[in-house]
Amino acid sequence: MINISEVLETNKMIEQENLDVRTITMGISLLDCATDSVPQTCQNIYQKILRLASNLVRTGEDISREYGIPIVNKRISITPVALVGASCCKTPQDFVQIAKTLDKAAHEVGVNFIGGFSATVQKGMTPADELLIRSIPQAMKETELICSSVNVGSTKTGINMDAVRLMGDIIKQTAEATKDQDSLGCAKLVVLCNAPDDNPFMAGAFHGVSEADAIINVGVSGPGVVKYVLEHLPEGTNFEVLCETIKKTAFKITRVGQLVAQEASRRLGVPFGIIDLSLAPTPAIGDSVADILQSIGLERVGAPGTTAALALLNDQVKKGGVMASSYVGGLSGAFIPVSEDQGMIDSVLAGALTIEKLEAMTCVCSVGLDMIAIPGDTPATTVSGIIADEAAIGMVNQKTTAVRVIPVVGKSVGDTVEFGGLLGYAPIMPVNKFSCEVFVNRSGRIPAPIHSFKN
Amino acid sequence: MNRSIITVVGKDTVGIIASVCTYLADKQVNILDISQTIVQEYFNMMMIVDIKNCTVPFDELRESLNAIGDEKGVQIKCQKEEIFDKMHRI
Repeated sequence: MINISEVLETNKMIEQENLDVRTITMGISLLDCATDSVPQTCQNIYQKILRLASNLVRTGEDISREYGIPIVNKRISITPVALVGASCCKTPQDFVQIAKTLDKAAHEVGVNFIGGFSATVQKGMTPADELLIRSIPQAMKETELICSSVNVGSTKTGINMDAVRLMGDIIKQTAEATKDQDSLGCAKLVVLCNAPDDNPFMAGAFHGVSEADAIINVGVSGPGVVKYVLEHLPEGTNFEVLCETIKKTAFKITRVGQLVAQEASRRLGVPFGIIDLSLAPTPAIGDSVADILQSIGLERVGAPGTTAALALLNDQVKKGGVMASSYVGGLSGAFIPVSEDQGMIDSVLAGALTIEKLEAMTCVCSVGLDMIAIPGDTPATTVSGIIADEAAIGMVNQKTTAVRVIPVVGKSVGDTVEFGGLLGYAPIMPVNKFSCEVFVNRSGRIPAPIHSFKN
Repeated sequence: MNRSIITVVGKDTVGIIASVCTYLADKQVNILDISQTIVQEYFNMMMIVDIKNCTVPFDELRESLNAIGDEKGVQIKCQKEEIFDKMHRI
């Protein structure tokens, strides 16, 4: 039988250390909604989302109350819209119509976000893919709850540099289209390499074509819990004990996610997909991946040793989490967004953390350059260069990488931008001023790396 | 058997356990185990209860216990047992 110290430990994690389940995300296939008419496709999409997800928010709240565990977000991921709209959308404006329908459905069912206004173009772009991508700035301007993602590379296919170049422009246009809100549209737009089909986390969530009709994926969290246990280790604890402690803590955190996922799946009558074992920070004090790294022994994130500490953390979280869950997927690793993590923000402000160091850190964790505000006058080709670098890291290391940068219109280094809520706030970070224009303007693809040929 | 865990955390305990037990008896909730401890001057009490025959819905049980806690100046929580079992047992 459970004993009092175990009960108190769990409740302390929840009440004092910000333990929560970050998201229950229902993946919904919209492939059967496609028609050759935009209004009919929109109607099918709206009806299917309402049919499957009407009870999602209430179910999440019920589970949260019964177990006493906060479930922060309830979300939906959908089939990449470029596929769903391929036969009916003839202009970018047609795709904007679908975005508005999705936004309406998201508001109606009460979810925080709906992800999947997406195209997967790692090898080539269909006309529909390109139309969708070109509709993103307008779609981000005219909707509130839509997240958009574009997969531009993979280990198997290489990097589609035409898409990388286009995405540099699209990010700049999205920043411009949403400049009244400090270019907020870019905070909901991510460019990926090796994007997983079952990611429950925004902005990169979509419901891949390899998935079932509907599925429940759960993203766990809990940086505050890991930080707390590490802070209470005796000074000078060796790596063996340090790693074991992180692993055990990750196990406990993930078990809560597994319980919530199974309950949500049972109550909604939708199969359980995966648990995403991610340490996802929030702007709340103490709920920070940066703070964990500092507990491991860094004065500030960005100091030499940061990449090694992060690699250690990421690996132990996976080792503890994998045993706690029957199916693991999604991104599964530590997140290092800047604006959503107070410790990261502090490190940037202290001059300890640069984009280049963040890039190195993305080699050993999930996902990539995330929620980084950069000067509004950064050229589109430079944004493309940043995307290409991250995609190359993902491609060569057979991992997911991503770029979610916000070139905030009218702001430059020294300014701060406020996105609000879980998206937090960020100081504008300097970007290398040297040009990569000639490189980015070459057309075609970077071939797949040699180690992708495993057959 | 449908087990839940009730926890009481606070500084002052006069009459609190009596109030909780009276309420539980009234709602046909069977107390299986009670344990208590002092952590950093705070009184911590845990009850394992069986709510199989409880005459009110779980939400009402939880909210009524919260309210008793508010009245007495302590925190009373009621959670289904699985969250603790899952976290601490393989």
